[in-house]
Amino acid sequence: MYEFKYHRPGTVRQAANLLVKNEDAKVIAGGHTLIPVMKQRLASPPHLVDLSHIEGLDTIEMKGRSLVIGATAKHADVATSAVVGEAIPALASLAGGIGDPAVRHKGTIGGSLANNDPTADYPAAVLALGATIVTNKRRLKAEEYFQGLFTTALEADEIITKVMFPLPKKAAYIKFRNQASRYALVGVFVARRPSDVRVAVTGAGSEGVFRVTAFEEALKKRFSSKVLDGIDVPAEGLNSDIHGSAEYRAHLIGVLTRRAVDAANAKE
Amino acid sequence: MAKISLIVNGNPVTANVDPRTLLVQFLRENLHLTGTHVGCDTSQCGACVVHLDGKAVKSCTTLAVMADGHEVRTIEGLAADGAPLHPMQEAFREHHGLQCGFCTPGMIMTAIDIVHRKGHELDDHTIREELEGNLCRCTGYQNIVASIAAGAKAMAKSDLA
Repeated sequence: MYEFKYHRPGTVRQAANLLVKNEDAKVIAGGHTLIPVMKQRLASPPHLVDLSHIEGLDTIEMKGRSLVIGATAKHADVATSAVVGEAIPALASLAGGIGDPAVRHKGTIGGSLANNDPTADYPAAVLALGATIVTNKRRLKAEEYFQGLFTTALEADEIITKVMFPLPKKAAYIKFRNQASRYALVGVFVARRPSDVRVAVTGAGSEGVFRVTAFEEALKKRFSSKVLDGIDVPAEGLNSDIHGSAEYRAHLIGVLTRRAVDAANAKE
Repeated sequence: MAKISLIVNGNPVTANVDPRTLLVQFLRENLHLTGTHVGCDTSQCGACVVHLDGKAVKSCTTLAVMADGHEVRTIEGLAADGAPLHPMQEAFREHHGLQCGFCTPGMIMTAIDIVHRKGHELDDHTIREELEGNLCRCTGYQNIVASIAAGAKAMAKSDLA
């Protein structure tokens, strides 16, 4: 790891000022993405701005009809939160399946979304549930937030402060793990929302998380896995590597979407 | 350099560290607490698991400066020198939950964390799921799982948490 200067601001405003003042500074919270890439010398930020001691940034609460999760809420907090379990159990279950218990004690929702790893779990939930990413500067809709591999709408001095999830009628997340890395080879989050249905896929797309509109339209008419029969997901634009071909991933998207719909329906 | 103050195994510690020092490096090289191991160094194997404010974390993926003001517990902090072993350590000894022993400190710190979160009656399935982040290349896990189930029960009757 290359040398860096460590900063521990007490407020989001101080953190943002540090980002403005120090070019190429990086934000750190749980560190479970950034520290590994710094060890590999794939990243060498001269300044680290640690958000983990900013009070109130990890709050989980209901606000009106939305579940609001603070940026530094850890995966373990989301997984075990009674508020999340009551409001969107599929989200609690997703958080409880990230990494392993020790990773979940450190990794944060804001960190996962800021990094936008193409195999991360949270982006699928944010896109399918139509969540809003709130930063120190503005509010971003999920559709405008994700912009491809490890790429988001965040500016260099912009910090995620919370994520607002509107409550779905039903939802479920099913992932198929790579047997070695345990990351999602494919993960599908299905949300039946008051006005529509959304199907978001992680792990498979060469441009990161994406929606399967053909599935969404069919499921909007009738929310049953049966309506997906005969609709194929094209392999075009999907990842192909030693872990699975694009065709295999396309097949998995169909299988996992059916399972997710069945799981969402079984939760009543 | 950055000045850090933290509690390690109940003792206050103050030191000047290079900010890039990993918590596991700080424990091993500055404090000579070499019970915490570095296995994969990529947050997968769990040999480096310690408790940070009572929760299991991978000390190879935590900066020492991030532990400033917090409390760390390592395998050395489970039982006093010369005193009887912690019930989870004793269970690993009794049930032969190790062969080479390299993964054992991390296994035991994770096991105690499981008990804190899931209680004293642990079925095999729960233990195996919870061991997702700890790798052992010797035992095939059978005796580790048996040790943790027994250790969890023994902890219910012990003063050591």
